[in-house]
Amino acid sequence: MEENHGSTKLYVMGFVLSLILTVIPLWLVVQHVFAKGMLTIVITAIAVGQLLIQLFCFMHIKDGEKPRYHAIALVLGAVIVFTIVAGSIWIMTFNSQVH
Amino acid sequence: MNQAISKHTHEHEHHHDTFKLLGFWIFLVTDCIIFACLFAVYAVLRGHTDGDLTGKELFEIKGFTAETFILLTSSFTSGLATLALHKGKKAQLINWLIVTVVLGLAFVGLEVSEFRTMVHEGASISTNGFLSAFFTLVGTHGLHVSFGLIWMTAVILQIRRHGINEKVKEKVTIVGLYWHFLDVVWIFIYTVVYLMGVM
Repeated sequence: MEENHGSTKLYVMGFVLSLILTVIPLWLVVQHVFAKGMLTIVITAIAVGQLLIQLFCFMHIKDGEKPRYHAIALVLGAVIVFTIVAGSIWIMTFNSQVH
Repeated sequence: MNQAISKHTHEHEHHHDTFKLLGFWIFLVTDCIIFACLFAVYAVLRGHTDGDLTGKELFEIKGFTAETFILLTSSFTSGLATLALHKGKKAQLINWLIVTVVLGLAFVGLEVSEFRTMVHEGASISTNGFLSAFFTLVGTHGLHVSFGLIWMTAVILQIRRHGINEKVKEKVTIVGLYWHFLDVVWIFIYTVVYLMGVM
């Protein structure tokens, strides 16, 4: 039962990690540690790390009976999200080139 | 052998449960797609500032950092509430949910005052493309949080009245998932809107 719903330790670990991953990008941006392009990539990667912490430590996506339909739904969602966001940004760069 | 049988009955009992939870996961995925569309709009329009009133001038690091820490902490306390739920500690469960609601209120309060200051400085939703996208994206998240607060308050009242039973367990689990999801969305607003805005 205990491992199904996570232990206090898992929650505390997730919380501390998410705090660290909030402070690091803030510091990187305020101090201008990298050039703009690199900075964008690094803080996006850290945000994805935060997402994984929430999913695994707080939302327990690994739990539940097999087959894990909710994991399949999440993967499908991630594909759609990526297509919408990356596709929109990519296609609209052509728009700005015309003007 | 005995263990295998008890595990089987256990799984059988929870079959119904799991499917309700699956439905909520699917809702979260669709909600995620709404936010993806708003993020896409923001990413495309963020440069359309008509010369002035950019994120760099408008966003205050202190303000959005405070909002981020408050929401992160509330995500943690709602996790602690879920933990208390599974230990069957009613008082602890209610207390952590109340802490979560209070933190959520603080978050919404900060956001509203941030919006008010911005509108005061002449940066409203109709000022330029960037601000239209900004207020739509961040405002939609704020409305989600406000809705979550009403929902969580209702759940607290139900626990008070009925105590911890199977139905209440389901409700607390689902509102907890919703709350963590809102934190995830906020992390991306924090990164993409605010941090990249002041960069």
